[in-house]
Amino acid sequence: MNKNKKLIFAKNTRKNILQLSYQAKSSHIGSCFSIIEILTILYNDIFKNYSKKNIKKYKNQFILSKGHACLALYCVLYEKKIINKKTLQSYGSNNSLLMSHVSHHVPGVDFSTGSLGHGLPVATGIALSLKSRKINKKTFVLISDGELNEGTTWESILFACHHKLNNLIIIIDYNKLQSLTFVKNTLNIEPLNKKFSSFGCKVFNINGHNYKQIKKALSFNSASKPIVIIANTIKGRGVSFMENNIEWHYKSPNLNQLKTAIKEINNA
Amino acid sequence: MRNIFIEELINFTKKNKKVVLLVNDLGYSVVEKFAKLYPKQFYNAGVAEQNMMGIAAGMALEGHHVFVYSLGNFPTFRCAEQIRNDIDYHNLPVTIVNVGAGISYGNLGYSHHSIQDFGLMRLFSNFLIASPGDEYETKNVVNHLLKNPKPSYLRLAKSNNIKIHKKLIKTEEGKWLPIKINKKSNFTFLSTGITSYLTKDLLNKPEFKNYSHYSLPLWGSNLKKKQINQVKKWKKIIILEDHLEDGGFGSWMRESLANNNVNCKIITWSLKKDVIGKVGNQNYLLKKYLK
Repeated sequence: MNKNKKLIFAKNTRKNILQLSYQAKSSHIGSCFSIIEILTILYNDIFKNYSKKNIKKYKNQFILSKGHACLALYCVLYEKKIINKKTLQSYGSNNSLLMSHVSHHVPGVDFSTGSLGHGLPVATGIALSLKSRKINKKTFVLISDGELNEGTTWESILFACHHKLNNLIIIIDYNKLQSLTFVKNTLNIEPLNKKFSSFGCKVFNINGHNYKQIKKALSFNSASKPIVIIANTIKGRGVSFMENNIEWHYKSPNLNQLKTAIKEINNA
Repeated sequence: MRNIFIEELINFTKKNKKVVLLVNDLGYSVVEKFAKLYPKQFYNAGVAEQNMMGIAAGMALEGHHVFVYSLGNFPTFRCAEQIRNDIDYHNLPVTIVNVGAGISYGNLGYSHHSIQDFGLMRLFSNFLIASPGDEYETKNVVNHLLKNPKPSYLRLAKSNNIKIHKKLIKTEEGKWLPIKINKKSNFTFLSTGITSYLTKDLLNKPEFKNYSHYSLPLWGSNLKKKQINQVKKWKKIIILEDHLEDGGFGSWMRESLANNNVNCKIITWSLKKDVIGKVGNQNYLLKKYLK
């Protein structure tokens, strides 16, 4: 996909997220906006020809471990024509297929999450199975920086490195804001590069909004090490008053905020 | 029981590449043969049970039937949310094997006593509970699980060489298996797991001499409805379990019958709470605390 199309894809995704969060009065816009460029590359450049027809080919290749950012994935799946407008519009309504933590009942989603620290162990199991059967496929898992507080994350890293799971790609959405405050004020997780490389991972430290850097890291073929991509991102990226602001982990926009936000995205 | 389990698993794996055995650094002198025969289907996750259960879910998503072998509360309470969210909710073929049923490891203390595990595992709506009482039941139940991959909890006692049935009889989910049929009365014992052997002495006592004895090795959340007609045949049932009363097998049976006008007196003999913090071998603890 060329850069212009990517920009439009990301813009449409952000605008739909805003609109649906407004309608549903739902939370986690900030968490969605920090991963838009990562998902844009994954579903357009890495998963080549991703469509309803060949969805099975990509089974178990992506787990969104930070399940609260599900709206970003739902909107990407809408852009990819996996889910239709009617389904997308049902977000937040009673008995909607689209619950507010990512759900495997939604076409294109293979695994439900919502409790942090679950996605990486499961992705590790998928990668182990693929490798044990010599199937040349990769598994991508997107985790939040808050998930680095979870013991399971480090249990999985130990296991993945021990078993040389070079087909496991762990993307960390390092937006540096957790649920109550900044990561650095919650539990110090630095030095991240050193931590992961000392465990035995191949580490990339990238700008998580830069298409070239994301694509390069996501495309890397590792000889024997699991890949960790520390994607430095901005929570709320794309709407200035939402950026790097803890409020937008929780708030949904009012009508004025919605209009201002959409205008800013259109003009970007 | 664990030796029967591993032998059946080995036999089945000869023809089945989907089976995987995962352990959390446990299984000394039991799992080695499997590991040697099928190195690509055996993994030691280390002392990391939550990750192990997530890995089991991931492998099951890829089509494996994963057996997670452990003991005590390590494969249940320690990773309860992984069982709930990752395995049960996704309805994945993972069989959790606990070789420390009840107070099998009585001398090892409270950390190793599985006396609340039914309470946890029967909460999961897709899970089948497999609680065999002797060698025959173990063999049957393990084969049932191998042929019917689904979320399941296999609770095995450490004891070997226990035979309560006279022969191998077909095991069905939710169906009581006869151990002793006495047509002189409509009173019976119903046991699950290792407690089945306790009735051997009880049935010789004058007050129980006309009692029958059945076992129920396969039960769970989805099998409650099957109990009503089986219970209706009896006027009195004494239920035996090596578990606390709260959340146990007897509680499950009572829930199964609730609101169904079943005219049967049900008495539960389960482990009393006084057992918490006490040690001793299985026989000692069962005799003293199962009331």
